Amino acid sequence: MMLTIHREICGYCGACVSVCPEGALELIDAYLEVDEKCISCGICTKACPLGALEVDHEGRL
Amino acid sequence: MKDAYDILVIGGGPGGAMAARTAAEKGLSVCLVEKRPAIGAPVRCAEGIGKELLQEFISPDPRWISAEIDSAKIIVPDGTSLQLDPQFAGNEVGYILDRKIFDRELVWKAAEAGSDVQVKTRAVAPILENGTVKGARLEFCGKVKDVTAPVTIAADGVESKFARWCGIDTTIPIRELATCAQYLLTDIDIEPHTTVFFLGNTIAPEGYIWVFPKGERSANVGIGISPRCCGPGRRPKDYLDRFVADHFPRGKPIECIVGGVPVCKPLQTTVADGLMVVGDAARVSDPLTGGGIYNTMFTGKLAAEVAASCIAQGDCGCEALSVYDKEWRKSKMGKAIERNYKIKEFFITLSDEKLNALVKSISHINLKEFSTFTLVRELITRNPKLLLELKALKDSIS
Repeated sequence: MMLTIHREICGYCGACVSVCPEGALELIDAYLEVDEKCISCGICTKACPLGALEVDHEGRL
Repeated sequence: MKDAYDILVIGGGPGGAMAARTAAEKGLSVCLVEKRPAIGAPVRCAEGIGKELLQEFISPDPRWISAEIDSAKIIVPDGTSLQLDPQFAGNEVGYILDRKIFDRELVWKAAEAGSDVQVKTRAVAPILENGTVKGARLEFCGKVKDVTAPVTIAADGVESKFARWCGIDTTIPIRELATCAQYLLTDIDIEPHTTVFFLGNTIAPEGYIWVFPKGERSANVGIGISPRCCGPGRRPKDYLDRFVADHFPRGKPIECIVGGVPVCKPLQTTVADGLMVVGDAARVSDPLTGGGIYNTMFTGKLAAEVAASCIAQGDCGCEALSVYDKEWRKSKMGKAIERNYKIKEFFITLSDEKLNALVKSISHINLKEFSTFTLVRELITRNPKLLLELKALKDSIS
């Protein structure tokens, strides 16, 4: 997975879910899930109020 | 929980609760499901709502009102403040709620009216038949159950997935999400009946910081800004921490919450065959203030009313349900969203200097009535030289 979720930082608010163009993120109560639809576009990393999301660009093809 | 209902409501916030209650009061069989284990928590809200607006739906009760507000203050970067006094305070000030209790009260009322309620129950997929939504597959503690209904109401908030699964594009453009953080600070010196809004590109780019009293010495102190201005060390929480260090260095946080608020245009369509979308899921929060409690309650109630008449007539297709979509768009709320979207688009372009000048121009006048409308009208009247720049604003209220 190229999107890293820092779970110790995540405030499980769902802001990232709302901006994901692929519908790859889902908030299940206090757990943020990312599925294979993720294209590592990084949009969610900007929406996060806490900086809990990170895209590992080196992992991109 | 039964296998079939007239209406299935997904989400137990104020929108879902109003929908469930309204439908149950009309004699329909209703089930409301909430994915979280508790109604009302965690709070994702600054908790403000206008008095008259709230009273459209429920009589105020001290059990879930944290503070009564009688004036509002806007403070710009050079320190100029615009105080909006009690006698002029309209609907932009009112109550600061205790959402943990308030949300429970609303769901309680839905249950009392006859609605079934299930917590820790998540919709994992819509039941689709030839493109028509016929209910949802629900998951509860590892058990999966299909629940059918001629109308499903998606009230699943900013992180909504249900409408997307049914084919509606719900993606919020990144520049049109307000990314937010908030502390409930206690042991601080505040004016306990005044809400304060701090504007400025340094402290809150393309957004604002709010101080909403929650009691004599407590307040929701929060920030909402544009993700465009965010980066490492410049997240909403970073901005907020700097503000709190400056203004409330001895405040003690007893809650730290974060969240996203849609400040985009509402969804292109809020209905599909067998589906209605309400509240934050429909992106009907106010694009200027970020306020959403009234709008979600209004759309939740209206959706249930329309659903009830569609069910009675035996037609829950998109065309029949679209009465809901048309109604809210032409309502006062719908018009306010349209207007406030334009005003927001103007305000986010302002430099601190312009902001200072504009607020200074109206800081000494007495507004007969405080509303976004009168405020904008005064700004235009008092700044004839800026007519060209204010054209967008002028258009928004004409």
